[in-house]
Parts: sequence; structure tokens; C-alpha cells
Amino acid sequence: MQQRSSTGGGGGGGGGLQSPRSPSSQPPYLSISVTDPAKMGNGVQAYISYKVITKTNFPEYQGPEKIVIRRYNDFVWLRDRLFEKYKGIFIPPLPEKSTVEKFRFSAEFIEMRRQALDTFVNRIALHHELQQSEDLRTFLQADEQTMERARSQDTGIFKRKPSDLMQIFRDVQSKVSDVVLGKEKPVEETNPEYEKLKRYIFELEDHLAEAQKHAYRLVKRHRELGQSLADFGKAIKLLGACEGDALGTAFSELGAKSEMLSIKLQKEAHHLLMNFEEPLKDYVRAVQSIKGTIAERANAFRQQVELVETIKLKEIDLNKYRLTRSEKTLEAEHEYEELKADSEEATKRFENIVRLMNEEIVRFQEQKTQDMGLAFHEFAKGQARLANGIADAWRSLLPKLETLSSS
Amino acid sequence: MMAYDYEEPHLYANSPAVMETLVLHVDGGDSDTNKSSIFNGENDNQHHYPLTSPVTVAEIIISEDDDDPNENPNSFNSFLEPPSYADAVFGSFDGDHGKQINGHGVVSTSGKSTSSDHLKISVNSPVSGVNTYVTYLITTWTDLPEFDETISSVRRRFSDVVSLSDRISDSYRGFFLPMRPDKSVVMKNQEFVEQRRIDVEKYLRKLAAHPVIRRSEELRVFLQVQGKLPLVKTMDLASTMLDGAVRLPKQLFGASVVAVDPREAVHLGRGKDMVRFFKEVRQSVTYGWGGSTKMPLVEEDKEFMEKRMKLQDLELQLTNVSQQAESLVKSQQDIGETMGRLGLALVKLTKFETEEAVFNSQKVRAKDMKYVVTSAVKTSRLYRELNTQTIKHLDKLHDYLGEMLAVNSAHSDRSNALLTVQTLESEVSTLNSRIEKLEAVAFKVFGGDRSRIQKIEELKEAMRDTDDAKNCAVRVYEQIKENNKIELERLDKERHDDFCGMLKGFVVNQVPQDMQRRWQVHGKQLQTKQVDMHKFVAQSRM
Repeated sequence: MQQRSSTGGGGGGGGGLQSPRSPSSQPPYLSISVTDPAKMGNGVQAYISYKVITKTNFPEYQGPEKIVIRRYNDFVWLRDRLFEKYKGIFIPPLPEKSTVEKFRFSAEFIEMRRQALDTFVNRIALHHELQQSEDLRTFLQADEQTMERARSQDTGIFKRKPSDLMQIFRDVQSKVSDVVLGKEKPVEETNPEYEKLKRYIFELEDHLAEAQKHAYRLVKRHRELGQSLADFGKAIKLLGACEGDALGTAFSELGAKSEMLSIKLQKEAHHLLMNFEEPLKDYVRAVQSIKGTIAERANAFRQQVELVETIKLKEIDLNKYRLTRSEKTLEAEHEYEELKADSEEATKRFENIVRLMNEEIVRFQEQKTQDMGLAFHEFAKGQARLANGIADAWRSLLPKLETLSSS
Repeated sequence: MMAYDYEEPHLYANSPAVMETLVLHVDGGDSDTNKSSIFNGENDNQHHYPLTSPVTVAEIIISEDDDDPNENPNSFNSFLEPPSYADAVFGSFDGDHGKQINGHGVVSTSGKSTSSDHLKISVNSPVSGVNTYVTYLITTWTDLPEFDETISSVRRRFSDVVSLSDRISDSYRGFFLPMRPDKSVVMKNQEFVEQRRIDVEKYLRKLAAHPVIRRSEELRVFLQVQGKLPLVKTMDLASTMLDGAVRLPKQLFGASVVAVDPREAVHLGRGKDMVRFFKEVRQSVTYGWGGSTKMPLVEEDKEFMEKRMKLQDLELQLTNVSQQAESLVKSQQDIGETMGRLGLALVKLTKFETEEAVFNSQKVRAKDMKYVVTSAVKTSRLYRELNTQTIKHLDKLHDYLGEMLAVNSAHSDRSNALLTVQTLESEVSTLNSRIEKLEAVAFKVFGGDRSRIQKIEELKEAMRDTDDAKNCAVRVYEQIKENNKIELERLDKERHDDFCGMLKGFVVNQVPQDMQRRWQVHGKQLQTKQVDMHKFVAQSRM
């Protein structure tokens, strides 16, 4: 995640926007950083605001650098807009809302959220289509009042939360069960490859969620062990004070080492959290985001199919009217034409989604392999570092203990 | 302080098995607790994902486990057994230490080899016979001269152990005696009987380890004499109280003063003399029982008081360290367990990705994961082994906490003895003043009356007796003081040695050499993978 915020779209790895209108010889870049979380307001209304710094040479943007203040809900707005407009594309996931009050303002939570938000915007900036979004420009540049207005406007028809989409998807699924119960014809694609993909995504989420759960627990265990070592060290030191002479010194050195190791463990716990658990969590969120896209595709498919059905019916009616030379004929013909246009659009929309999804899945898999490779590497590195530190610490005590027992 | 035999850490033998079950119970599938637990994880998979191919996880991991050229494919299995590295690293260390301990070369008679000084006890086969109580078979191997035979076997019940313990604490006042096992019965089931067996064995072995007690007649009788235990319960409080109660009315009515056997009189008034018993109890209760330092008795031995304070401080710190050690062990256990579960979860993920792979990138990812998985699982196992050993070493702390109780009890003996001395002293002086008063009156009335003179004679005799008793008590007290002193020296020396060993063992044990190596090797591998990955991605973009 660190890589992206610094290099942005540079080096050809950023989706290669070759805008013919770009006058500068410099390769195009759009790099964003989310920093400086600050607590605003009081009591129940309190929230965290972030500084969003944009550096770019895209012509559509107002200038090479812009700084705005945004809060979490602004990011949510951006995501929802993108989800609406760019169906078929896997929109980068957002960190979750926190429901536990006291956790909301803890330093660790804020830092994790900040990092996740930073990753979020930069992924958008790196995506060859998403980076051209007007909403993105608004998000990155508009002043706070404009932003607030935009946010409140969207509590209407257009605002759809992922949970709503889940509901839609569940409707789709329930339609399947309706078939089993002999109620209705299912309106679902019968593409076997796509079926496989859907199954894969759902199972993947389960596996990932479990791994993430254990990763989080492991972080906690590191912390607990650190605490135990600290307490143990202290107690051993006190015991050493009782014993006195060489043995007492040995005890107090043991205690000191124990306390030192405690610190190492706390550090490692933090490292594990940020560099292994969070990437895993991010992976889970990404998969959930894909599920949203799957729902959208199902939606689009259903719309298309329904329109086709409706057109067929309309055709029958139209022919009826034509035969009976009814005055409704003209109206019917109008409607028919409209429906045909709608149907074409719906088909186009659906096919677009399919095309995009195919591209996206390739990109997704590659990206995830990279991300996970890095995460595992960090995990191994951290554990090696820890094991080294522990071994060194204890080993350094051995010579003293040798002399102790021989005396 | 002699440790119990290392060969049978019964108390903790359960934990590895338990931990194994915990690691396996990922999805609630029933897994057997055999050693190849990782393969059971795979069984779980077959439960949930019927689509999976017959390629087992084990095969994936073993066949591609080429990260360590020194290991043959079977070595993965060896890591699943409780790693032998543990034994290699400090098996020899333990062995030496064990020899030192069993050699009893500290205070007792022979500082030579174990052959002429050997006393090993084993407690087995609890049997609830025809009666309602359980008997244990106690076998002794010895070449101590006091014992008639080298090998003997007796059956004893728990109340016999209690009798033994009571007799020893009466005969060896002032010594730091091991605490006998708890009398309370929780539930008469298999587990309880087994636990009691272990406790009895531990207790007897501790007695056998004590340089003075091991040569005692009481212990010998217990270990060798067949049939009903012939230890006379002379100091059974209940029966002696009954005896004492018989004499009580006479004393109260002052008819005659019972001639008291000095030695018996010396015994903390628990014995026959009820009046004195109550007096001493009252005094103790007022001033705090036994080990409290709030005695009004002037403890002239300042050195003793200082030592006492130090020992109390030691006890406090030992308790504290013991608690923290327990929580440390628990944390170590938890982290190992979670590491194992993470490994298993990643195993499933790896398998899933490998099987469902549509893209090459997925296969690469699965391979990356596999390295982490292997290391994680191995680390988990190493943590478990680490813990078993840590428990063994830190258990010393618990042993010494037990010792502290013994110390307290020995100090109680001392205080009680002093209390007896002082009580007797005050009795002497009371009697004396009564005599003087009577004599004074007698002189005024010339000739005096017969009864009064008789009374004076009786009192004088009582005073002589009491004085004798007092002298006896003083001797006993001095003896106890001496016992305390010797024992304290012994304790200090043994504790010093034992703690040195404990520290060393603990530290050596904590150096997870193999863990370290494993992660390093892995880390390097992943690094090269990363480089490859970058190249791959860069190429595919062009």
C-alpha cells in the first residue's frame, strides 16, 4: 500500500493514461495522500477529519496541488457514486464504520482507518477508468460546503448502500429457491464459467474471513504475551532483590531481559496488525465489493431479460391493435419503439458489465497476488525478527548463568 | 530442596494432548488426537468441500518442501512429533541436573555416588477394596542401612499417610517438613483418585529427599511394616483431650495437683493438661497464632527476626512470581495455539486457491502462502514444546512456595515451644508466690495448721515438677531453635542451587533456535518470489 501513494500513476504501472490533450512531456500522474487525522466537534457529534492532499498534472484538475478536508462520510459518498456510475468495475473497498463507541477514537483505530482510506483513494486514482470520474474530481477539489451539499443530496433514490445491494442479491437468490419450490422461472445467467466465478468468490470470502479472524487473534496474543513478559520480568526482579548476591543479580538481569522482550513483542504485534492482518482484512473487503458487482450484474441481466419479455408482450398487443385498426395503435407503436430503445440500452449495459468484469477479475487476481505476497513476506520478516530478538536476548544471559552455577 | 522425579511430570502430561485437540478442532469436525494432526485438518476439508480433489494437503506440502536441503521428505513428519530438538538441546542438561538432585549430595551422610544412599519410592495401583476406602501400593527401593530389605511393598490408605505426617511433625519439630496432601475429598471419582496418588507419591518422595527425615523410624515403619500401620497416635488431639478432660475436675477443685511427666507437659499443652492448654490457647489467640510476629514474647534472637522478615518477603515474591509465571505460560500456550489455527486456515485457503485456480497468479499466490503456512504450523508446535519445558522449570517456584509453608510451620513450632516455656515459667512464679503467701501466714500463726502446711508441701512439689517441666521445655525450645537454624541453612543452599538450575533451564529453553532458522529461510525465499512477481506483472502489462 505504501508503494502506491508515492508513485501514483508513474512509471507506466498506473494504467497508462495517454491523454492526447496532455501538453506536458511528463508522464501523467495523480497521487493522493490522506493524512493528519483531527478530532472535530464534541460529544455525540464528534468525528474525525482528514487532510486530503492531491498532486497531479491531469488537465481536468485545477492545479498541480490541492488540499481539502474530508471526513469518513465523504469517502462513503464517493464510493457510492462510483458504484452507481461504474457498474462492472470492482470499486475499491472502504474500511468499516465503527459501531463501538470507545474504540472510535482510539489512536490505533484512527491510524488503521487513515491507512485504509489512503489506499482507497489511491486505488481509484490508479484505475484507468475510475481516475477519470467527475465525482472523484469533486471529492478531491471541492470546498467543504459544496461537498456537504453533494453528500446530503444523495440521500435519495441514487444512494444505494451495499447492504441494499445485498438485499437485491438475496432476492435473486430467493428467486432461485422459488424455482425449486416450483414458483417462478429463475432470471439468472446460465453461463457455467460465470457460475464458477460466483462460487469461487463466495467460498473465497469464507476462507479469507477465517484467516483474517485468526490473524487478528494472533495480534492480540502477541500483545498478551508481551504483557505477561513484562509482569513476569517485574516479579522476577523483585524476587532477585530478596535473594541477593550473584543469584539476585542473575534474577534481576533475567527480569530486565523479560521486560525488554515485552517491548519487542508489542512492536511486533503492531507490525503484524498493520502489515499482515490489515491487508488480509482489505482482501476480505475487496471480495465483498466484488459481491456487490455481482449483484449489479444480476440486476442488469434481469432488467434486460424483463425488457425482452415485455417487448414480446408489447409486440403481441401491437399486432392486435394493428389488426383491429385501433386508435391505440399509434400510442402502442410509440411505446414499442421506446421499449426497444430501452432494451438495447439494457443489453448494452449488461454486456458492458460483463466485459468490464472479465477485465477486472484478471487485474484483481494479479493485484491480490502482489498484495498477499508482500503481506506474507512482512509476516515472515516480522516473525524472524522476533525470533532473532528473543534468541539473542536469552542467549546473552547464558554466560552469566554459567558462572553462577559453577560458583 | 529436592525435586520430584523428572521422568513423570504427571500433572502436565495432559496438556500436550489437550492442546493437540484444541488445534485440531477448527471446524468442529471430530479429529483424533494422533500425532499427525495437520493431516486431520485435511480431513475437515473433505467434510466441507466435497469438490476437492484427492490431492492431500500433506502431499502438497511435503513434495514441495524443498526449502531446506538438509531435510528429507520425512522430516516434516518428525516436526509433527514432539520435536526431538527439545531433547537434544537440553536433554543432557536436564540429565545432569537430575543426577545432582537424586544424588542427595547436599547435607546428608554420603557425598559420594548414589549407590549407598538410595531411597526411591513409587506409589501405584490405587484399589478401592472391599472397604469404602482406597489403598495404594507403595513400593520402596533402597540400600539405606536402616531398612531391612532393599525392595519392599506395602498397601496403605490415605489416613495412614495422615498419621505418618502427624507423627513426623510431632517428632521433628522445628524442621522444614513437606506439606502433606490435602485431606479434603472433592468427588470420589477416577480423576480424584489419580490426583491423590500423584500427591501421595510427591509427598513421600519429598520426605525421602529430606536428609534427616529419610532416616527416621516413622518413615521406615510406614514404608516397610506390613499390615495395619503401627504408628501410635500419641498426640491425637481428640483422644488426649478426652484424657485431659478426666483430670480437669480435680484440677479445678484444686484437690490435688497431678504429677505431670515433664516431657509430656512440655508438649504444647495439647496433651494431658487441659488447664494449661486453654491458657496457652488464650495467649496465642490474643497475640496471634504461631507464625505471627506480634508476640509479646521477647524474641531475643534479633538475627532470627531479621531472617524471618526476609523469609516472609521471599514468600511474597515467590507467590507473585509464581502467579506471573502461570500467566506467562498461558500466554505462550495461547500464542502457539492461535499460530496453529492461523496456519490451518491458511492451509485451507492455499488448497482452495490451488484447486480453483483459473489464473496463474492464483497459483503463485498459493505457493507463497504455503511457505508461511508451513512455518506457522511448525512454530506453533515449537511453542507447545517450549511451554511444556517452561512449566517444568518454573515449577520450581511452586515447590519453593511449598517450602515456605514448611518454614512457617517450623517457625510455629518454635513460637509454640517458646510459649510453652514462658507459660511454664509464669506458672512456676505463680506457684512460688502462692507458696510465699501461705508461708507468710503460717509464720504469723505459730505452729500453723496442719492443712496449711500440707498445702505448702503440695505446692512445693508442684513447683518442683513444673520447674522440671520448664527446664525440659527450655531444652526442647533450644533444640527446635537449633533445628530451625540447620534447616534454614539447608534451605538457603538448596534454594540457591535449585534457582540457579531453574534460571539456566528456563533461559536455555527459551532460545527457539529452530524457529529462528525457519523464518529466516522462509523470508529469503519470499523475497525472491517478490522479485519474480514484479517481473511477471511488469511483463504482462506490456
